[in-house]
Amino acid sequence: MNYIYPEYEVVRNHSRCITCRACENQCANNVHSYVECENRMESNDDACVNCHRCVTICPTRALKIAKTDHVFRENANWTGKTINEIYKQAQSGGVLLSSMGNPENYPVYFDKILINASQVTNPSIDPLREPMETRVFLGSKSHDIVRDAAGKIVTETTPQLDLSIPVMFSAMSYGSISYNAHESLAKAAQKLGIYYNTGEGGLHEDFYKYSKNTIVQVASGRFGVHKDYLTAAAAIEIKMGQGAKPGIGGHLPGTKIIGDVSRTRMIPEGSDAISPAPHHDIYSIEDLRQLVFSLKEATDYKKPVIVKIAAVHNVTAIASGVVRSGADMIAIDGFRGGTGAAPTKIRDNVGIPIELALASVDKRLRDEGIRDKVSLIVGGSIRSSSDIVKAIALGADCVYIGSAALIAMGCHLCRNCQSGKCNWGIATQMPELVKRLNPAIAYQRLVNLISAWRHEIKEMMGGMGINSIESLKGNRLMLRGVGLNEKELSILGIYHAGE
Amino acid sequence: MHFKEGEVRIPSGCAILGVIDKSRKRFSGEDMIRAITVMHERGNGLGGGFAGYGIYPEYKDYYAFHVFYDDASIKKQCELFLDEHFDIINLSKIPTRKMSEIKDEPLIWRYFLAPHPTKLKSSQLDEREFVAKSVFKINTTIKGAYVFSSGKNMGVFKAVGYPEDVGRFYKLEEYEGYCFTAHGRYPTNTPGWWGGAHPFALLDYSVVHNGEISSYDANRRCIEMYGYKCTLLTDTEVITYIVDYLHRKKGLDFKEIASVIAAPFWNTIVNYPDEERKKCEYLRNAFASLLITGPFSIIIGCQDGMVALNDRLKLRPMVVAEKGDKVFVSTEECAIRVIEPNLDRIWAPKGGEAVIIKLEDERL
Repeated sequence: MNYIYPEYEVVRNHSRCITCRACENQCANNVHSYVECENRMESNDDACVNCHRCVTICPTRALKIAKTDHVFRENANWTGKTINEIYKQAQSGGVLLSSMGNPENYPVYFDKILINASQVTNPSIDPLREPMETRVFLGSKSHDIVRDAAGKIVTETTPQLDLSIPVMFSAMSYGSISYNAHESLAKAAQKLGIYYNTGEGGLHEDFYKYSKNTIVQVASGRFGVHKDYLTAAAAIEIKMGQGAKPGIGGHLPGTKIIGDVSRTRMIPEGSDAISPAPHHDIYSIEDLRQLVFSLKEATDYKKPVIVKIAAVHNVTAIASGVVRSGADMIAIDGFRGGTGAAPTKIRDNVGIPIELALASVDKRLRDEGIRDKVSLIVGGSIRSSSDIVKAIALGADCVYIGSAALIAMGCHLCRNCQSGKCNWGIATQMPELVKRLNPAIAYQRLVNLISAWRHEIKEMMGGMGINSIESLKGNRLMLRGVGLNEKELSILGIYHAGE
Repeated sequence: MHFKEGEVRIPSGCAILGVIDKSRKRFSGEDMIRAITVMHERGNGLGGGFAGYGIYPEYKDYYAFHVFYDDASIKKQCELFLDEHFDIINLSKIPTRKMSEIKDEPLIWRYFLAPHPTKLKSSQLDEREFVAKSVFKINTTIKGAYVFSSGKNMGVFKAVGYPEDVGRFYKLEEYEGYCFTAHGRYPTNTPGWWGGAHPFALLDYSVVHNGEISSYDANRRCIEMYGYKCTLLTDTEVITYIVDYLHRKKGLDFKEIASVIAAPFWNTIVNYPDEERKKCEYLRNAFASLLITGPFSIIIGCQDGMVALNDRLKLRPMVVAEKGDKVFVSTEECAIRVIEPNLDRIWAPKGGEAVIIKLEDERL
């Protein structure tokens, strides 16, 4: 007996349906079927994940998905969601799995922060008439001026990343997402003058041509790591943690380790790819320093090293330690960060909001006088150009976007990546699904999104009278809180609106 | 209730003026009063001031501290500190003239100081850093005492009022120097405190500024990492600290400083000759958070000369003129014409283009 009543129902307008069977053909979950004797379509709501593939593809707009009005007896403590989770676990004996970012109703601080604009005393600047700069360099900055014998400033620096706009595509491995999705991200990064991140799945041999715009990841499983991989990249990221699942590792099931995925990860076909929770050569901060410098040695000190950590309670002290371990950049991933698969209870209950983590880390590093030694990249989750402006004004150098990039490519946030049956061809390795994602189109959509955001960022900067994004970084006077308490305002380092 | 400077951020519009004689020929402060008078409309009577260079030749080897005190007991407390850290060579009230336009004056004292040799040695700081640290110490820990001038052979004179009244109040016509700057202020709030008037000065660096910088908090939070404490929340204060940091501590010359604080646009830099391009990229990247955006025109005075600089979009007026050895910088041309009707040359420098006026025999 199945205790679970479907959460969503497929609503079909039979007067519009022409039984073309496109929905049936497109649904990898086998929701739709054709009843020949009645010449009509039928649906199995149990299998529906609410990904909207059929809704979008239906030529007569005959389909929509509705939330069921089937309910449990009302109970403020025992919600339907909680009851269903117990049913599932009582049935399976397993850990609840989920994908994408934490959907629960925690405060989104970005939505309680407002941005300033100039009036009278200071002119706003029109980005259509005046230069408006969004270029940034990421890496360790030194204020030590060295001059040669002739008195000229020596201009060599530690390796830097040069971005036309402070946005990068965050780590999503080949394996968790498809070949076509990776190609789209790589091409878009190249076109935009930014960077994408391989995640821990290695770098497919076809994508070395994008390596100037590629950040390669070294994670606890060390999948796909070899000398050429490291030297090809623009930067190397050591993944210590992920916002969606701080403190735990990863698991790509053997069913997805096929063909190129297996070769790129450098593990046998069909074997599970288990990334351990910690790096087993890093049990303390001094061990991290050794890995940072091992990677720098291996690449002749030509590649900046990023250390990615999840936003956890002690993030300020951890970040401070990471700076002192020789990292050039720290990526902090907030508790709303996405994932291809994570235990639901961890995703939804572990970690802290990125806004608070960012504000605290930026402040701590400034208090210790080491903020310029490192660039701060934040993600988890950045949803819009205004989130970016707020993150930069709080103190970030750059943002990582993952979910937003997937959504631009067609993801509908159905949060079933772990099934591997992504109908949009993104989070799947099934060839017939992968081919649905056309890299030429998906890449253009990514370029469009970032270009649109760039316009919006420039308009907001111009409104503030700022014509270079450097002058927005850490400029917290440009922000005000609404509906936040004293403690929240003090952690964010901003005033309340009206002050 | 009126907030003091530092308790609230107050943007201002302003008039600025600077005159320098490159041959170090000294002239009277009287000219400055006459010239700033014609820009009366650019201030609103809530702040005015002057900085004079070369005004204390007889004490040129000593740091001249100008200090505001709220009352005599605070003066005593501050003098204990000064006595402990410096040899006090001379001290006196700064001469002023009673006038109805200038009200609520604090006690205004001047000290000529030499750092106490053993204190200086045990601090392990160079002399100027020792003096700067002492100024910060007084201004942040002795409530009611405020050192508003601390350079050698130079001094700042400022008050709440129109600048021409402030000049007469301080008897500026009795001072002779080879360089003066002046400021008339139009704040959008009502500061009741003299320390908030301009010029702002640290050691021999003084800044007068017209504008409201939009990069303020980015600049403030950056410079505070390097031992500065912004207590006034004014643009002029943070600009002065940036200049002090880049010039005194980092050894950049003023052309290099201009390419940090009013950096050329990236699409301009890319067309520079190779060497210049690399240098500008380097400086802009290394000191990214010290880029100043938003409207400003500033005149920086220092021991070696005077520098005038506009923001890179030139969102505030500023003209420069020459006559013989004299160079003039002003918000409005009319102020220059008051002093010198027949100029050799007058021009409006481009946004971001530093005009650097060196004294003879000085490197800048």
